[in-house]
Amino acid sequence: MEDINQKPAESAQVILRMTGIGKSFLGIRVLRGIDLSATAGEVHAVVGENGAGKSTLMKILAGVHQPDEGTVEIGGTTRAFAHPVEAQRAGVAIIYQEFNLLPERSVADNVFLGREPTRRGLLDRAAMDAATSRLLDELDEHSFGPRDLVKDLSVAQQQVVEIVKALSVDARIVVMDEPTAALAEHEVDLLYRLIRRLQARGIAVLYISHRLREVFDLADRVTVLKDGAHVATVAAGDVTVAELVKMMVGRELDAYFPPRAAEPAAGEVRLTLAQAGNAKLDGIDLELRAGEIVGVAGLQGSGRSSLAKAIFGAEPFTRGEMTPVRPASVREGVAAGIGLVTEDRKAEGLALNQPVRDNALLVARAIGHRSRAAVSDLLRRVQLSPPREETEVKYLSGGNQQKVVLAKWLTVAPRVLLFDEPTRGVDVGAKAAIHDLMRELADSGTAILVISSELPELIGMSDRIVVLRDGRVAGHLPAGATEEAVMALAAADEAAA
Amino acid sequence: MTGRVVALVANPTRAVYAALLATLAIGWALVAFDGGTFTLNDLVGIQQRSAALGIVAVGQTLAILAGSLDLSVAYLISLVSLVAAETMAGQSSNILTAVVVALGVSALVGLVNGVVITKLKVHAFIATLGVALVIRGVLDHLYDGPAGRVPVDFQQLGYSRIGPVPVAAILWAAVAVGVWFLLRRTRFGNRVYAVGGDVEVARLSGVRTDRVVIAAHVLCSLCAGVAGLLLASRLGAGAPTVGTDGGYDLESIAAVVLGGTALAGGRGGVAGTVGGVLLLAVLDSVFNQLEVNSFFKDVVRGVVIVVAVAVYARRTGRRAS
Ligand SMILES: Nc1ncnc2c1ncn2[C@@H]1O[C@H](COP(=O)(O)OP(=O)(O)OP(=O)(O)O)[C@@H](O)[C@H]1O
Ligand SMILES: [Mg+2]
Repeated sequence: MEDINQKPAESAQVILRMTGIGKSFLGIRVLRGIDLSATAGEVHAVVGENGAGKSTLMKILAGVHQPDEGTVEIGGTTRAFAHPVEAQRAGVAIIYQEFNLLPERSVADNVFLGREPTRRGLLDRAAMDAATSRLLDELDEHSFGPRDLVKDLSVAQQQVVEIVKALSVDARIVVMDEPTAALAEHEVDLLYRLIRRLQARGIAVLYISHRLREVFDLADRVTVLKDGAHVATVAAGDVTVAELVKMMVGRELDAYFPPRAAEPAAGEVRLTLAQAGNAKLDGIDLELRAGEIVGVAGLQGSGRSSLAKAIFGAEPFTRGEMTPVRPASVREGVAAGIGLVTEDRKAEGLALNQPVRDNALLVARAIGHRSRAAVSDLLRRVQLSPPREETEVKYLSGGNQQKVVLAKWLTVAPRVLLFDEPTRGVDVGAKAAIHDLMRELADSGTAILVISSELPELIGMSDRIVVLRDGRVAGHLPAGATEEAVMALAAADEAAA
Repeated sequence: MTGRVVALVANPTRAVYAALLATLAIGWALVAFDGGTFTLNDLVGIQQRSAALGIVAVGQTLAILAGSLDLSVAYLISLVSLVAAETMAGQSSNILTAVVVALGVSALVGLVNGVVITKLKVHAFIATLGVALVIRGVLDHLYDGPAGRVPVDFQQLGYSRIGPVPVAAILWAAVAVGVWFLLRRTRFGNRVYAVGGDVEVARLSGVRTDRVVIAAHVLCSLCAGVAGLLLASRLGAGAPTVGTDGGYDLESIAAVVLGGTALAGGRGGVAGTVGGVLLLAVLDSVFNQLEVNSFFKDVVRGVVIVVAVAVYARRTGRRAS
């Protein structure tokens, strides 16, 4: 496991070489002495904990931030990008971790923003539409077209638009910052194939993900960052998962989920749904008991998030019964002791311009909760690192934002807590911590419902699993069901059709 | 039926034109009931009066779509009227020079607005208010009444007609079509929407956002400059209060918003603005015909604007959920 950063395979052509990169924000050092190189046709994974500096490094490459020290060389020439457009012209395309589209504009407008084709000086919309269609076809994406408005698309479809946008740049280097966070399993497969095609064309792909399975599936080399410093660059074939985790986290981490409750179904009933439904759901029967974790599985669009939002009161049920109360609004939901950790944290979970502290206290204040749980305690429980209470949330790394959303609900100790993709974008160490926390909450009497597209997580955490399909309950599975069993139920009608 | 009404209101541009037609019909009925008549002449008068506001509002649309706004247009109009009238000094031979100088001054003011907003990162509200105050200071210092003289040739712009259509209205239409074309069919227009929609997304996508905002402000000020020239031709002279008396700053913003353009930027367009201006003008005419007192007039205008924006907000609110 020697450090191979400075000597990539001799025959391959180095297209990117970043040397000694350092960067500070407001006097706080977030990167120091980072070296990173990439060769033509290579997939180079960059891994590290939340806040390690992965996105910042990529933003320096993309011209969004300017480094305080160090150099960026592309194709042998040293470049100093003052604006993202300069990086784009030098052949750097990037899929940002954060949502980076205009909701009010069409797919084609978004894809070609900043590089709109013209004919005789005028916008060539026909060319934009055609090129966008072609790229969508290549991705096997037929559920929407170039003229659709981005705001009408699902999160996964929007992610596809971001990918198309990066592909439409004639790039030598493609950066993907957690591209799979919002994708379903089969879409991840498509992305894999796409990355292979980019590789075959001699493009260097820098790939950031917290899902180590993807890293091992795709990467030739892996660079590990920790606390803004370069830990190692290794060939993917030369390390094990455990070794990689140790480099990232700095300690050994067991790969197991916390043990399940001994007698899960014994707790009192916290919530019952009988034939509940609304525009997106129908005939839902469900019971949540204190102390158990119920997993919800299903394909994209099967109604998983809708179920959580309906129980919470954000998109209330219009039919059927929910006891003890059927909240007609979020306020009623919160008052009834129901909490929701939303899937889309930027839009629904956080006040981005406010500091961590105020965000953590958001719910507590909204319902006039007096007991001031010490914010610093909460932040330690969710392992926010570094635990700076005064930082505005918009400056936090993606994974750290998720932790703040969690902290927000811990302040009020809800009776029923719903988790929609709770570990999306969260690093391995923190993921384990969130799992422990969920089990801890369950053990102390909270009823928990969890939605996750990561089947191992869902199966590992749940005491039982409800599978949704087309807005209805397709079936129930006991703890420890296999991935195949879950998928069979979730996709049954597709197989039958 | 209700479905159709909802569909109608769901698109602000269509909604404002529907409101315009309704106001015309109701106004016509009221005026008839009152014993008066609403003639073609009145309609022409409406266009005549709305032309200056219309031109300013079209420019304002650009600034607002780009996520900015311009409070300096009223003082700029006064300044331009004076610069033009003084340069012309009653001589037809000076018209061309005067127009060039007037538009040059306008462009310069727009440039200052844009640069202060983008480079010094001052919020548009404060930046353009500051520029407005600077212009006011200059006007107060140099003038205490009308000055300069506009030759008869140039007064044609304000008063003559081609058939029944006033030249001023044609000028307004030309400016509106020009800006509409710019927004719909050019890269610049596309980027105006992008920058107004989300500056950061636009920047990360490779748009040089500062340039877009500056250009939008230069064009906005140029429109105000054209309105200033038009008003000078009507008055036959320049006047230090012509812009503020007309309330062109807030009125133009009101017309833009009434036309369905989001004050936050990124959504809307010129067509709506034209409808908004006409709606305000028709309201005015009807009230004049009915000889309603001006206090009541203002109340109704205020209510109309607030209700319109509330209706649009409902629409977007529902879409987002
Ligand atoms: N614009 C900014 N201003 C201030 N601090 C920032 C800014 N951008 C990033 N940071 C800080 O820099 C550090 C690194 O953040 P970065 O987003 O690069 O982490 P990351 O490795 O991508 O994490 P994640 O896996 O959660 O996405 C964090 O501590 C973050 O708070
Ligand atoms: Mg990141």
